Amino acid sequence: MLLPAFSLAKRELVRFFRQRGRVIGALATPVMFWLIMGSGIGRSFAGEGGDYLKYAFAGTTTMILLFTSIFASISIIEDRREGFLQSVLASPAPRASIVLGKVLGGTALGFVQAFPFLLLAPTVGLPLSAVGLAAGAASLALTAFFLSSVGFFFAWRSESVAGFHGIMNVVLMPMWLISGALFPLAGARTWMGYAMRANPLAYGLSALKSAIIPGAQEPFRMATSFAVIACCAAAAFVACSVSVKGDKA
Amino acid sequence: MNPAISVCQVASSRVQHDTVTGPAIVVRALEREFGERKALAGVTFEVREGEIFGLLGPNGGGKTTLFRILATLLPPTRGIASIQGHDVVVDPAAVRRAIGVVFQATSTDKKLTSLENLIYQGHMYGMSGASLKKRAMELLERFGVADRAGEYCEKLSGGLRRRVEIAKGLLHGPKVLLLDEPSAGLDPGARRELREVLEGLKKDGTTVLLTTHFMEEGAMSDRVAILDRGLIVALGKPDSLCAESGTDVISVRSREPVKLKEAIAAKFQAPVSLLDGQVRIERSRGHEFVPQLVESFPGQVEAVTVSKPTLEDVFVRKTGRSFVEEPAPAAPKKGH
Repeated sequence: MLLPAFSLAKRELVRFFRQRGRVIGALATPVMFWLIMGSGIGRSFAGEGGDYLKYAFAGTTTMILLFTSIFASISIIEDRREGFLQSVLASPAPRASIVLGKVLGGTALGFVQAFPFLLLAPTVGLPLSAVGLAAGAASLALTAFFLSSVGFFFAWRSESVAGFHGIMNVVLMPMWLISGALFPLAGARTWMGYAMRANPLAYGLSALKSAIIPGAQEPFRMATSFAVIACCAAAAFVACSVSVKGDKA
Repeated sequence: MNPAISVCQVASSRVQHDTVTGPAIVVRALEREFGERKALAGVTFEVREGEIFGLLGPNGGGKTTLFRILATLLPPTRGIASIQGHDVVVDPAAVRRAIGVVFQATSTDKKLTSLENLIYQGHMYGMSGASLKKRAMELLERFGVADRAGEYCEKLSGGLRRRVEIAKGLLHGPKVLLLDEPSAGLDPGARRELREVLEGLKKDGTTVLLTTHFMEEGAMSDRVAILDRGLIVALGKPDSLCAESGTDVISVRSREPVKLKEAIAAKFQAPVSLLDGQVRIERSRGHEFVPQLVESFPGQVEAVTVSKPTLEDVFVRKTGRSFVEEPAPAAPKKGH
């Protein structure tokens, strides 16, 4: 039953472009952080060519995906209690296709915001090849799907938006913080290194860096990164579907 | 507003099923607990095909819980609920195909147009393409929203938006329509229009179950069940329920209702209560009582009305509490 799924995903995009505030919200904050941190730390940063603006570029792209998935997840909580999702849940559309629709919608939203930002790579000295761009886009899509699924999983279990904020602070944000977005694995202390290796998002980010930075010194092989983030995305999606199906309510 | 809000024509495309077997909705010994609290404490009733059935009661009486169980959005703790022969727990997918659901909280997407809302809804039911669009436009026309089909739902008034909601619920041609508090938040004009819509549905043979805390809406149902604290305290035709007691209700407006209430109680030994700031007396042969009353308390009586008992009076009699003054316990947000 792909019709309900695609229809729900399309709705997310249509809604998004009709709400200008949202277009700015998920994009402006990461870009602002990036400009402030990147320009501020600038050349005090010792790793990777000594330019923090350049180092944090890929991480910022991931942050755009993260923020988008958080916003999309919050909309699930509201929508389900008193909105459009009520009538979707009372319809015969299969539960898995409802989950797929919401997750694909979140993925698409993340992608349409992160991809244009990715095109700015040459401004920080990261020349883009066609192959690099395609691989980068693929890594963005996988990471977006993963984050949307994780967001959905927690949003579905949250009674309120306030409850979800807690999850956001203790799960989603730390996941991004130790993904390699802010500092490289190479120089981290041992325990942090382990935590980073156990973090699915680190592989998503590594996949992106391998794709867009020629000769990047990444801790994981490119194929490994893609494989891990793809598997984690699939696993998170299955977890959502099982969670929704098991939930008789 | 075109008063000819009828869905007869729209529904004619629906497959008529001729073997009418059993009631449209069956509820047996239904219970639902939220932790310690029993929202439904054993409810039993049936709704016949083509009937308008009203679930009445104060907020927190169990109406919404029952509604959500019938809409397959909440599992019962114990007991049986089935619609068109499909059990809500065993075969929720079949129930979902059989019912249209209109929620109290708006389920139309305000950033989509009315037409788009119906189209997206249709996709959830596997409808698509030109036939879906045609069906959607037909319904919007029936409900007098066609001329604004291209406007975002957020631009519509509450009454119009409710009509889009109902059109949404009827889109796939369900035999049973569930309406949760359809008139909540509507002005009197829009409520009157809603009544016309319901009459149209009835003509067309759709079974309607609605919840409401408005007594007038209960009165226009074929039958009502009054729910209080998770139990049905009265069930039947509104007229018969009202006529049961055989008494009249006399309401007296006064500057000092509290004082007058006590004085009347002392003098006539009749059950006297205060409801909405008016003194209320239940008594048979009310027309004979009024002159006595006015003469006994000269100058204190500003206005008197004698009426047959309403469903509200039925509630008061069955529960010993005022319907209006019932404090609404905070509805549990959790999972329902």
